[in-house]
Amino acid sequence: MIQYFSIVLLLIGIYGLLTQKHTIRLVAALNIFEIGLNVFIISVGYVRGGIAPILTSQANTSALLYVDPLPQALVLTSIVIGVGITALALALARRMYKTYGTYNLDEMEGK
Amino acid sequence: MKKFISLLLIACLGAFIFISLYFPGGGTLAFPYYGDVDLNGRVSQAYIDKSVNGPNDVVVYGESTDEESGSANMVTSIVVDYRSFDTLGEVTVLLVSTLGVGILLGGKRKRLEYKHAPNFILKHGARLTFGLLVVFGVYMFAHGHLTPGGGFPGGSIIAAAILLLYLADDEFRVKLAGIKIAEGTAGSLYVIIGLAGLATGGYFLYNFLPNGTVGKLFSAGIIPIVYALIGLKVGSEISGAIDGFATEEVAE
Repeated sequence: MIQYFSIVLLLIGIYGLLTQKHTIRLVAALNIFEIGLNVFIISVGYVRGGIAPILTSQANTSALLYVDPLPQALVLTSIVIGVGITALALALARRMYKTYGTYNLDEMEGK
Repeated sequence: MKKFISLLLIACLGAFIFISLYFPGGGTLAFPYYGDVDLNGRVSQAYIDKSVNGPNDVVVYGESTDEESGSANMVTSIVVDYRSFDTLGEVTVLLVSTLGVGILLGGKRKRLEYKHAPNFILKHGARLTFGLLVVFGVYMFAHGHLTPGGGFPGGSIIAAAILLLYLADDEFRVKLAGIKIAEGTAGSLYVIIGLAGLATGGYFLYNFLPNGTVGKLFSAGIIPIVYALIGLKVGSEISGAIDGFATEEVAE
């Protein structure tokens, strides 16, 4: 179920990237796309009945059934890189606004 | 018209993804069905059992000592031990992107002016919350090898505390020179720890400290140190980016 949901999020993100003209909305669409992808990668590592891959005083041996920790570690990387991309994209959008006076890509004219 | 074409394209892409994921059609599936993953024989199972370098018995929380990587949180043991070089690259990506933000939003800057000046209660309440948030962020990266969290969320929480001060006070600015020193020191120390591992253990980012008992605060060798450095680095980097967004260039 959550896998269908992640694919729907992914498609919404691509649709936003294709149709929007406003730079901030483009960044938002990029983030939705990225979240969909991250949820999908995590869902691939789900083991039915598995618990979070952390040893605690309750779940105290490695012999229990855990979900796959590898996709989670990779998604951690992906989230951080997403933050970097978002920051850079927003800075570019701000700079474009300062130069052209608009956030709309169609209204920008060369100077 | 453009929206219709985009919708059509999305529908085709969605159908393609669904068919390739859930209807094998004679071939094998690209991914197992949701929940049907079998970890046996995969490297993930070796990460869980801490048996990547050789066979290992069951790891028991609070009892097993000197296990490989020694971290109770398996995700952390992957991120900062088995694939620590990957994380170094990740930190570099973040550094480069905040560098880009610094170049795009650089120069002599002043704070954006608010239409309504923030009042006394807002300013001082935000300062009170700031302390709590920083303590929580430090807790987050100090316990990265025991509980969910780690350097990246901890650093983000610290940056969020700085953002709170920026939002609540229209005169507050961080000292950018101090931020750059913290960032540079933390980043270089990470590489120096890696080189120390190379000198003592034979490969870059080798976990050369004693691993201790699984589940104790002082365990897992270099993992808490590296995560604290990552937390400081991420916190200062994102704070620098926040400063760029909350200020505007001064016309000279």
